[in-house]
Amino acid sequence: MHMADALVAPAVAGMMYASSAVAAAYSVKKVRLNADPKKVPVMGVMGAFVFAAQMINFTIPGTGSSGHLCGGMLLSALLGPYAGFLTMIGVLAIQCLLFADGGLLALGCNIWNMAFYGCFLGSLLIWKPMMRQGMSKAKITAASVLGCMLTLQLGAFSVALETFASGITELPFAAFVGFMQPIHLAIGLVEGLITAAVLVFVYEARPELLFCGAGGEKKAGRFSFKHTMAILGVSAALIGGLLSLAASSHPDGLEWSIEKITGSTELEASGGIYDRAGSIQETTSLLPDYAWKGSDSAAGTAFSGLIGGTVVVAVCVGACYIFQFFRKERKTT
Amino acid sequence: MELFSVSGLSERVYMSKIGGTIREIHYMETLSSRDQWVNQIHPLVKFVLTVIYILAVVSFYKYDVAGLAGFAVYPLAVFILAELSFLDSLKRLRFVLPLVCLVGILNPFLDKQEVMLAGVPVSAGVLSMTTLIMKGVFSVLASYLLIATTSLEKLCYALGMLHIPRAAVTQFLLTYRYITVLLEEVDRITQAYLLRAPRQKGIHFKAWGSLAGQLLLRSLDRANEVYESMLLRGYQGDYGYMREHAVPGRQDRRYFIFWMAVFALFRACPVILVIGSIF
Repeated sequence: MHMADALVAPAVAGMMYASSAVAAAYSVKKVRLNADPKKVPVMGVMGAFVFAAQMINFTIPGTGSSGHLCGGMLLSALLGPYAGFLTMIGVLAIQCLLFADGGLLALGCNIWNMAFYGCFLGSLLIWKPMMRQGMSKAKITAASVLGCMLTLQLGAFSVALETFASGITELPFAAFVGFMQPIHLAIGLVEGLITAAVLVFVYEARPELLFCGAGGEKKAGRFSFKHTMAILGVSAALIGGLLSLAASSHPDGLEWSIEKITGSTELEASGGIYDRAGSIQETTSLLPDYAWKGSDSAAGTAFSGLIGGTVVVAVCVGACYIFQFFRKERKTT
Repeated sequence: MELFSVSGLSERVYMSKIGGTIREIHYMETLSSRDQWVNQIHPLVKFVLTVIYILAVVSFYKYDVAGLAGFAVYPLAVFILAELSFLDSLKRLRFVLPLVCLVGILNPFLDKQEVMLAGVPVSAGVLSMTTLIMKGVFSVLASYLLIATTSLEKLCYALGMLHIPRAAVTQFLLTYRYITVLLEEVDRITQAYLLRAPRQKGIHFKAWGSLAGQLLLRSLDRANEVYESMLLRGYQGDYGYMREHAVPGRQDRRYFIFWMAVFALFRACPVILVIGSIF
């Protein structure tokens, strides 16, 4: 589910970076890392654990394929939502920088899609309310599976939304969502079961390590387990129902919204800055009028492109080798 | 070794995956610690340039193939200046290309407007798919060049200069430092498991909890040992990477200004087409 840089527009990337940065700043404040320096090494090693454990292939019975751990849910169950979120940021940044698994520009999106939902929603909406009245194997399993499925669904939906908002794919939004959600429902179930197996093992061996475990908050919460489940169920039904309704009757949700506001599916603007931006775009784009079929200039444009490209590459390579030659000369003298 | 070969191909592939990851990390460390000219450029300059480059690349209009093609100059030049192998960088595209292709593959069928390219009618979707792939490749190469010429410690220093909270940066660095240690441990554990479970692909569901759980408990104990060792060496919530580097010098500033000018020029006008039209 790691998004690449090519799939996000700068505006979307910037917005997601800003959102993730707000969540990260809030987490730093809540965790108070400076006040408890021991947390930093624990978070560092736990981040490395998640990275390493995701390399283990867990066989899915009867399918021949394999699944992996859900890092966000596991970390929030062990470290709590805030420390878990910061640790996940570290894991995602390393995956991006060292292995190109997710882009540098898309890192804000990936943090939001995988770390925010997994740690904040998975922990605060599911794990914490369910564990308030005490832990059990059944509760841990239910929370892990529910948490993983919910967070992966939200993550997959966000991927579709961010890609659509970036104007990258010609695929209609509804079709993209329809493609993403069912796959991630199955992945969420498997990841939830694997995460549950690990957390149940920890519960049996060292229950004090789990967030809200023995020694955790003893005060009864505002919502009981049943209330939380009922709220979640109703919310899921409402959101799912409304979204599917909108998706089926208005396949292109953004155009539909624009049409409702402006009376047209296209936004038209004129005036100083718009005209200037339009003229800049026209001069800088390869195909100002897209050189549609029948245009005489298109063949010439393509030829110019080929020649120009060759010249630029030759100049660039030549300049680099000359630069390097002079540097080496200067070094030897 | 004999036992290993008896257990079959899947185990070999499985173990080589973890081994390959460890080798990749060590290889990147070797590249970034070389004494190349580009490696000596201040990490903050390279980091900011990389971000601006990727921003400029992804901001191109979906049919603007020629404008985008001009941005190949940056990776091309840095590959030469840093004396890096282009072939080595290609395997980093393994995560990006399938995803990008999956998203863009339908564009030629859905965007059916016809464009004449060198006298041949093609679907406009082909152009948008091409720019999408180019954007994916260029951004991955830029990130690769950053990490192949800058160690993670130096990058953390740059992040510190950008006012990212120090404790968060230290945690990031510690995660990186312990990844190889834990990967080696995962390799040993899975190797031991698979040698006792021949012809089995992956970990059986009955061992899901105990295998990863044992590793988790050992990792947490290790975290405590790490903390105690750090305390013994004078750790007080700060890590030593901050003291190593100064602010960007004159050469760093020149490097930054040069590339910013190049990016601005190639973003503002289609240089390739302008040069091509002269001939």
